[in-house]
Amino acid sequence: MTRDSNQALLSVEGLGISFGGLKAVHDVSFTVQPGEIVSVIGPNGAGKTTLFNMISGIYLPDLGKVKLAGEDVTGMEPHLLAQRGMSRTFQNLQIFQSMTVLENAVTGYHLQERGPVLADLLGLPSSRRRARASDEGARKLLARVGLERAAEREAGNLSYGSLKRLEIARALALNPKILLLDEPAAGCNAVETEEIDLLIAEVAASGVAILLVEHDMKMVMRISSHIVVLDHGEKIAEGEPATVSQNPAVIAAYLGTEAEDAHG
Amino acid sequence: MKLSAKTATLLVLALLVAVTPFFFPSGYYYRVGALIFVNGIAVTGIVILTGYAGQISLGHAGFAGIGAYACALAPVHLGLHPALAVVLGAAISAAMAWLVGRPILRLKGYYLGVATLGFGILVSMVLNNERELTRGPDGIDVPELGLRTVLKDWGLELTNGQFWYFFCGLFLILGAWLALNLYDSPTGRALRALHGSEIAARTVGVDVARMKLQAFVISAVYASVSGSLLALQNKFITPDVAGFMHSIEMVTMAVLGGVGSILGAILGAGILTLLPQVLTVFAEYEQLVLGLVMMLVMIFLREGLLPSILRRLRGTGE
Amino acid sequence: MSELLQFLFSGVTVGAVYALVALGFTIIYNASDVVNFAQGEFVMLGGMITWFAHAAGLPLPLAALIAIAATAALGVAMNKLAIEPARGAPVVSLIIITIGASIFIQGAAQLVFDKQIHSFPAFSGDDPIRIGGATILPQSLWVIGGALATFVGLWVFFTRTLLGRAVLATSNNRLAAQLVGINTNFVMTLSFALSAGIGALAGVLATPITLTSYGVGIGFALKGFAGAMLGGMGNPKGALVGGFAIGLIEAMTAGYLSSQYKDAAAFIMILLVLFFMPQGLFGRKSTDRV
Repeated sequence: MTRDSNQALLSVEGLGISFGGLKAVHDVSFTVQPGEIVSVIGPNGAGKTTLFNMISGIYLPDLGKVKLAGEDVTGMEPHLLAQRGMSRTFQNLQIFQSMTVLENAVTGYHLQERGPVLADLLGLPSSRRRARASDEGARKLLARVGLERAAEREAGNLSYGSLKRLEIARALALNPKILLLDEPAAGCNAVETEEIDLLIAEVAASGVAILLVEHDMKMVMRISSHIVVLDHGEKIAEGEPATVSQNPAVIAAYLGTEAEDAHG
Repeated sequence: MKLSAKTATLLVLALLVAVTPFFFPSGYYYRVGALIFVNGIAVTGIVILTGYAGQISLGHAGFAGIGAYACALAPVHLGLHPALAVVLGAAISAAMAWLVGRPILRLKGYYLGVATLGFGILVSMVLNNERELTRGPDGIDVPELGLRTVLKDWGLELTNGQFWYFFCGLFLILGAWLALNLYDSPTGRALRALHGSEIAARTVGVDVARMKLQAFVISAVYASVSGSLLALQNKFITPDVAGFMHSIEMVTMAVLGGVGSILGAILGAGILTLLPQVLTVFAEYEQLVLGLVMMLVMIFLREGLLPSILRRLRGTGE
Repeated sequence: MSELLQFLFSGVTVGAVYALVALGFTIIYNASDVVNFAQGEFVMLGGMITWFAHAAGLPLPLAALIAIAATAALGVAMNKLAIEPARGAPVVSLIIITIGASIFIQGAAQLVFDKQIHSFPAFSGDDPIRIGGATILPQSLWVIGGALATFVGLWVFFTRTLLGRAVLATSNNRLAAQLVGINTNFVMTLSFALSAGIGALAGVLATPITLTSYGVGIGFALKGFAGAMLGGMGNPKGALVGGFAIGLIEAMTAGYLSSQYKDAAAFIMILLVLFFMPQGLFGRKSTDRV
C-alpha cells in the first residue's frame, strides 16, 4: 500500500523541536490517510506527546511542516485547527472541572453554537436556539460514550475512566476529520480500557481518522493499520503492525518485553 | 415548580429592591441602598470577567473613573445631556478596554493583576494631575441628570434618595439579567471553558484571546456605568473613584460574596458598602476591620460567603 | 551636567530602597510562589517603629534594631496566620489576602501610632556632600551602601552557607527539598523573616530622607514590585538591577519630563515589561507542559 502524501489527510514532514538544547523531536515524518488508525508508539520519553503537541498547535515546531488535507497548518493556533477538522484528547486530562458533564461535552459544540455577543447578552431566541441545539447534540454524544446518566453531575466527581470517555465525547462534538488521542487508556483499569477500546473502534468505523499514542500494545497491534515508532525523538521504524513488531530496532528500543506481549 | 437559577436570582433582586424600603427607618437608607446597587453593578461586571472567564483585574476602577468623569465633563465641554454622557463614558471605556486589553490579556495570574493595576493607577493619575480639566484631587461638580423632574411632570413624585434608589436598582436588575443570560449562552460557556482550561478551550475551537477581550470590554462597560451613576447621584466626584483602593474594593466585594455568582457578588457589595456605615462610630477601626475581613474570608471561606452559606444550608449533599 | 548628576544621585538613592523592596518580593516569591502585596508595609513599619522607639527615648541604633526585629517577627506571623492556611488557593484569593494584610497593618499602624508624618535624625548628619557640582546627602550613602551590603550579604548566605542553599533548594522544588530532609517549614519562616527584615531595613535607612507615615507602604510596594518584574520575578540579581533601574527612570522622569507624573514612570515600565519582556531582564521564559 503506497502512502501517498498528496492524498493524505495529515502529513507530518521533518518535524523537529528542541527544548533548551535538548532535541525532543528530530526529523519525524509520516502520514495519516483518511479514515485510518495510525498509532505512534515508543518508550517513555520518546517524544510522542511533544509530537502531538506540535501537530495540534500547542507547540511551535522549530523545523518541519504539518499539513492537514493538503493545507500547511504548521504552527497554526489550536482553535483554527479545530475549525479545520482536527480535535484531540489529553494524556493528563484537561477537563473543565467545575462544569457538569453535559456542559463539558457542550463546549465541543462551540464552533457550531457561537454567535454575536449581543444576542447572547440579551438572551435572544436565536442565541437560545443555538444553545439548545448544542445541548441536544451533546446528550447524544454522551449516550454514545455511555455517560448519559452522569450528564448533570459535576465533572470533577467522575472516575478517571469516565473522564477519559468524556474527553473523547467532547472531541467528537467537533465532527472531526482526524482525532488525536493521547494515551486514551493510560491509567485505566481493565474494564475501562475495554470500554475505550470499543469506543475507538466505533469512532474509526464511522470514518474518522485516528492518530493514537498508546502504551497498551495489545490495543495498538489490534486496531492500527499503520504504526510509527519513536525513540529518543526520532522515528526508528514504521509500517504495518506485523512488520513493526518484528523489527529488531523496535524490539531493542523496548528491550523486548512489550513487543513479545503483542504476539500473544 | 423548580425555578431556574436565573429566575430565582432576578426574583430575589427584584424583591430586594422593591421590599426593603418598607424597612427603612429613615430616608437616609435610600442613599445607602443606591450606593449598594451602584457597587453591585460594578461587581456584576467583575463576576463576568473573573467569575466566568477567570481573568483578574486590579484596575477596573479606572473604567469607573472614565464613566464618572464623562458625566462631569461632557455636558460642560461638549454640551451633551448627562444621560448621553453615560453612554459616551461607556463607549470610551469599551474602546479603552479593547485597546489596553489586547496586549494585557496575554498575561496571566499576578502579571495580569499588576498590568491592570498599572492601567488603573495611570487613569487615576491623569484624573488627579490634569487640574485644568478635572479640578484635580479636590473633585468636580457633576450636572443634574434631570430625570426626577421629568417623572414629577408625569405625576410620579419621588424624593432624591428614592429616585436614585429605584433608578440604580433598575440598572442593577438589568445588569444582572444580561449577565445571567450570558452565563448559559454560547459566549458564556466559552468563557467558562477558557477559565477551566485554556488549552482545552483552544482545542475545541474557542478563540481564547478574542473571548477574554470580550469579557474585559463588557466588564469595563459595567464599571463605567457604575461610575457614571455614582457621579450623577452625588452630583460630585473625585479622582478616588478611579483609584487603587476602589479597584481593590470592587474585586474584594465580588470575591468575598462569591465571584462565581451574581447574587454572591452583590451580597459582597452589600456587606462591604455597609461596613463603613456600621463602623462610623469606630471610624478609626475601619481599615483594620476591612483588612481582617478580607483575610479571614479568603482563608476560611475560599469560595466566598454565599456559596459557603448555601453549602451549609444544603447539608453535605451533592 | 551637574543637573544630570543630581538626578542620578536621587535616582540611585531611591532606587536602592526599591531594590531592597524588590529583593523582599523575590525572596517570598521564591519560597512560596506568592506575590506579597504587603511588602511595602514592612518598609513603613521599619520607619515608624524606629521613630516611635527613638521618640520614647531609646538610642537610635537600638530603636532601629528593635524595628527590624519586630517587623521580621510580623513577617513570620503573617506567613503562619495568613499565607500558610491559604496554600493552594487561587491567585485571586492570595492577592486579596496579602492586600488585606496590607490594609490591616495600615489600620493597626494608625491606631498604635498615629496618622502623622514622622522622621528621625540622619545617621551621620545632614551636611550635603558636594560631588561634581551636585550634592548628595550622607544618609543617601547609608541607603545605597546598606542596600549593596544587604545584597552582598544575602548572596554569600545563599551560595556559601548550608542554610542558604537549603532555602534555594526549597524555592526550586519544595517536595524534593523535603525528601532530602530539609525542614521546609523553617525555610518558609526564615524567608518571610528575611523579607520583612530587609523591608524594615529599607525603611530605617530611608526615613531620614523620605519621612514616614502609616500610608507610605503602597507606593514602595508598587515600585519595588515594578523593579522585581523588570529584573525578572524570582531573580535576586534582577531585583537589584530592576530596583535601581526604576529609581533612575523615576528620577529622570521627574527631572526632565514632569515631576507630577514621576510615579507614572514605574507603572509605565511595568506595562512595557509585561508586554514586551514578561520574563524580565534576567528571568527565564517558561513553557506550559501539557
